Formats: sequence, structure tokens, C-alpha cells
Amino acid sequence: MNVDLSRVVRLARIELTSEEEHRISPQLAAVLRYVEKLKELNVEGVEPTAHAVPLENVLREDELRVSLTQEEALSNAPKTVNGLFVVPKIVE
Amino acid sequence: MPNSLTIHRLIERLNSGDVTSRQATEACLNRIQSIDRELNAFIGFDSEEALTQADVADKTRANGGEGALLGVPIAIKDAIAVKDHPLNCASKILGDFVSPYDATVIRKLRNAGAIVFGRVNMDEFAMGSSTENSSHGPSRNPWNIKHIPGGSSGGSAVAVAADECVASLGSDTGGSIRQPAALCGCVGLKPTYGRVSRYGLVAFASSLDQIGPLTKDVRDSATMLQVIAGVDDRDSTSVSEAVPDYSSNLTGDVKGLRIGLPREYQVDGLDSEVKDSVNSAVECLAERGAEIIEISLPHTEYAIATYYIIATAEASANLARFEGVRYGARVNGSDPQEMNSKTRGIGFGEEVKRRIILGTYVLSSGYYDAYYLRAQKVRTLIREDYLKAFEEVDLIASPTTPTPAFKIGEKVDDPLQMYLSDIFTISCNLAGLCGISIPCGFSKHGLPIGLQLQGRPFGEPDLLRCAHTYEQATDWRNKKPKLD
Repeated sequence: MNVDLSRVVRLARIELTSEEEHRISPQLAAVLRYVEKLKELNVEGVEPTAHAVPLENVLREDELRVSLTQEEALSNAPKTVNGLFVVPKIVE
Repeated sequence: MPNSLTIHRLIERLNSGDVTSRQATEACLNRIQSIDRELNAFIGFDSEEALTQADVADKTRANGGEGALLGVPIAIKDAIAVKDHPLNCASKILGDFVSPYDATVIRKLRNAGAIVFGRVNMDEFAMGSSTENSSHGPSRNPWNIKHIPGGSSGGSAVAVAADECVASLGSDTGGSIRQPAALCGCVGLKPTYGRVSRYGLVAFASSLDQIGPLTKDVRDSATMLQVIAGVDDRDSTSVSEAVPDYSSNLTGDVKGLRIGLPREYQVDGLDSEVKDSVNSAVECLAERGAEIIEISLPHTEYAIATYYIIATAEASANLARFEGVRYGARVNGSDPQEMNSKTRGIGFGEEVKRRIILGTYVLSSGYYDAYYLRAQKVRTLIREDYLKAFEEVDLIASPTTPTPAFKIGEKVDDPLQMYLSDIFTISCNLAGLCGISIPCGFSKHGLPIGLQLQGRPFGEPDLLRCAHTYEQATDWRNKKPKLD
């Protein structure tokens, strides 16, 4: 079982060192080999379970409630200016 | 010392005036001072704030106030938000994050008068079975510090077993409360999915996560569940089922209770001492009138594979929020994508990265049907096995773990071996059941062994009654680890 690690780490947005890549790659392959055992089962016609408890939409009145202030919501951000999150430049 | 008391004994002594909450809290803080350098259960605590809460509790009691946990010091897993305190999930990526609000369970503990103090250690983002995956370093088993305490709520179990607090909260996604409770010799309860609000618990796998108590006995477990259970409009997956009176149900009577023993739980690698201890526990319950029935859970051997697909898939989505923008640490990059990738590469520990990568892989285009969708279907088969079994029996008994605590470092290089040690606890989360681990003996090397009982959804009353009956018939709970 080979995993195209570069594709997955790009999707996951995780930069690995080459040392980590060397270590993680065979470990992932071993886990994927192990989970192959699910293919032994015939699951035709079986409904998937996304949640152990049957879920319904939970609705409430659309009314204003007390929530975090903007200042509180931004208080843990690494970088803010004028009440906004700051990220590196996206468009030249 | 008041730190070694159960909740109910401490409440008795607080009510009679034998001891104050300040004294109980000081006793916990002193205990931490003297032994935690070795055990590493606590990531942080604020002594002054804890004592202030204790003084308020003492004053409330003096003025005739009451509360199920009034004046009781309780430690909290570092995955649950406590307002104005750091919250790190034992990860570097959260940086100097400070919670702007209380989790619902914390608000409920406070309403019941608890002293909410101390953040306890865990595997990073609750991913692990040994507390070795912590940016704060591993916690150590109080019965033998060369051994792991279990995980991911390892700090919660160590703090209770070593009397550094009276009770604690943990969270359980695949065994993370029950497994460390078993390995440290205390009581760990995973409530039914939806029984306890997850609001303020940092999400790992949202369809499996549940908060629960770690305590010194079963009565305390019932008391804690009573306080934290109930529907919450901030968690749409919490369930509006009425909350029964758990403590009044601890009758000591198991006559006619039907207990199932799954044939498929006789797995390779099941330690003979663990097997013998659990068999003796089941005999003890049979002598008290429980009916023992062999049952079959045919899809047991697929549970671990199913779990590690579903849990990692959900984790990869939940942990996408740690990207260096809204909170936590940031490593700079020339564009947002590079900044995200560097932040996550440096901020997450290796097991978390492994699981996010696995979860991303099983959800990615071309693999979704083969892995994720198939696992969700097998989850249905596993759940149906249990629901069918619960037509014949009221509870299912088994070991909590296949072996006693292994040595620190023994499995760190082999994640699959680590995952396989979760065989008995994982299905409970997949099927949405409730489960408890209680002490049922010791290995010849003096390490605790846990008995797991699983109950049907919202079957906590039977679960606690049976666990309590066994506990009261034995004296395992009175054994304490020797620490200085």
C-alpha cells in the first residue's frame, strides 16, 4: 500500500520535515493495510451511521442572545488590526 | 487527609464542620506540591484562585447554602474550557490561548458549588492511549512510575488515583476515560452520547466525544453525572431525555440483572491475570443474583479499523480550525497557505499529524467510498450487534483493557500496536452506549486491572447500580498507591 503523502499533506495543510515523512509514511501504510480488513465484509444495502443517536434539526427562535464581544472573540488571535484578523497578503 | 476522601465522605465532613473547603483545597494543593513533580498530572493550576473559591464555598455553607459539590475540589482535563484560564489540549498549537467562556459542564459544576481548579494532562487533542503524546511530557502511573497511566485522560486518572484532587472530568472518544481509570485503579464513566453537553469541549471526533467523570468510587460517579447531565441548547446533539436520580438507584441489588459475556472478547493478547480478575468479578455478580449469559457481537474484530477511519476523518475536519489565524500560535509564511502549513507542521505533535493525514486521506476524492463510507456502514453493523445483544441482556461485562499498564516508551514507535490496545472500549463510542470502568484487582506486579460494564443508550441507572454492587462487595477501592 503506497500513499501519495505529498498530495495528502497539501490537502491537510501540514508541512512535514523529510525525517517525519520517512517515519510517518510506513506507519500510515501499516494502518491502511490493517483497515483493509473492512473489505472482507459485505456492506451492500447497509445504511451508513453518521451519528449513534438519530438526529433531527434542532431549531430555536431567531432571537438576539448575549455572545462574545468582538474584542473577546479577537482576544486570542495571533494578529489583528482594527478589529480584523490579519493574514499574509493573498492578492498582489 | 481530606484530599483522599470521596466526594460523599468529604461532603459529610464539610457539613459536620470537621473540615473546611479551604482545608480540603489546601490538602490537594499540598499533595500536588509533594508528588506531582514525579507524576506530572497537572499542566497548570492557580492556587490563589482555588482558595478564593474554597472560601466562598465555606461562607455559602456557613450561611445555610447547599450544593451537591459544595466545596469539593475538582480537576479538569485540558480540553474543557474554563473561563479566563489557559486551554491547550496539551498542544503547542494553541499557544497562549485563554478561554473566553465556561464550558456547560463547568458552569454546572460551579452551580453545584464545586471548586474548579487545575488543568490536567492528556494526550494532545485526546489522541492517544498513554498520555505520552503530550507537549507537557508524559504523566506517570502512580502505582509504578515506569508505566503509563493510560490516556487520553491520563492526568484526570492520575490526579484522582493519587489523591491530588477529589474527582476530575475527562473526555472519552474511544476509551479515553475508561482506559486510564482502569490502568490507574479508579472509576471512569463514559455517559451515553448526548447525555452530557459537549459545549466547551474541544472537538476531536464529534460523533464519538463525550465528557464524563473520574472518581474514587461509584457513588461519586453517580453524583458527578447527576450534576453534569442534561440537554443544553448550546449543543444540538445533547438529548432531551429526562435525567433520572442516579444515586437513589444504588440499591446494592443485582438480582435478575442479565449480564452478557461476548464470545468475541476472548481475543489474542488478553493477559491471563486480566482475564482471571474479570472472571472473578463476574462470578461475584452471579453470586449476588445476576444472570450471566453468553452473547455474540460478531463484528467486534472490525471495530478498531472502523474507529480509526471515522475518528481520524472527523478529527481532520475539526482540527482544520487551527490554522494560525483566529487563535493560538502562528508561524509566518509568505502566503496564507504556507503560513497555515508551517503553523500546523510545527504546532501539532506527531500523533496528531498522523491522524489528520490519515483522516484527510480517507476523506479525499477517490478514497471516500472505499474507506469512510464503508466504515460508516460497518459502524451500523457494530451498532446493530449491540442493540440486538441488549434485547437479551441488560449489561455487557468485559475487561476494560487487554493488559495492565504497559511501560512508558514501549509502544511509541508503533502506532498500530497502540491502537489495538483500545479493542474493548472503542465499540461503546461507535454504538453510542454508556460504559464504566471500575477496579477489579491487581496484577502480580501491583498494577490495577479494570472491569468494564457497558449499558444500552441511557442505561446509566443499571450500569451504576451493577458497578456499585460489585464495588461494595470488594475492597479494591480502599487500596492506595504508595507515594512517599
